[in-house]
Amino acid sequence: MNKAELIQELVKQGHITQKVAKIVVDTIFEEMKQALVNGERIEIRGFGSFSIREYDGYNGRNPKTGETVKVAPKRLPFFKVGKELRDRINQAK
Amino acid sequence: MTKMDLVNSIYSKVGFSKKDSLNIVENVLEIMKSRLEEGEKIKISGFGNFIVREKKPRRGRNPQTGDQIIIEGRRILTFKPSNVLRRLLNESK
Repeated sequence: MNKAELIQELVKQGHITQKVAKIVVDTIFEEMKQALVNGERIEIRGFGSFSIREYDGYNGRNPKTGETVKVAPKRLPFFKVGKELRDRINQAK
Repeated sequence: MTKMDLVNSIYSKVGFSKKDSLNIVENVLEIMKSRLEEGEKIKISGFGNFIVREKKPRRGRNPQTGDQIIIEGRRILTFKPSNVLRRLLNESK
């Protein structure tokens, strides 16, 4: 499912217009993105949480050529699944 | 950031009541959760992908006793941030 399909599905169940559904979905992910950019942690009960992890730079290797490459320090979002969702996904097997 | 912050931004951006704003945020999350439960991948462009992965059963050890145990197969959820999000996080440094 992509964002357009998520919007479609929301229109189907929510008694709202396409336009409003798009604003809702865009707002949710835009706000989350902003929070992460600001270094803020996100906690959505029942779904999961996002935190920022800082990684030091290191000397890596290009596995094809064996050349040494410098990998710069970076920040990455880390997602931890919430308990409810983890159980639902695992039980649905 | 919590779910309530998302509800508040829907409230101020869309003009729904607080109650309707909460409902619509819950609807979006529930749509995502039920798709993930079915093993479907969710792709949100500009944010990232949520991917359900199957883990095979494997042999492990109880770290306390050293006994061999079988770790059962399970399904887990992973998040892969989009390149856009990765870039944003590392520009702001």
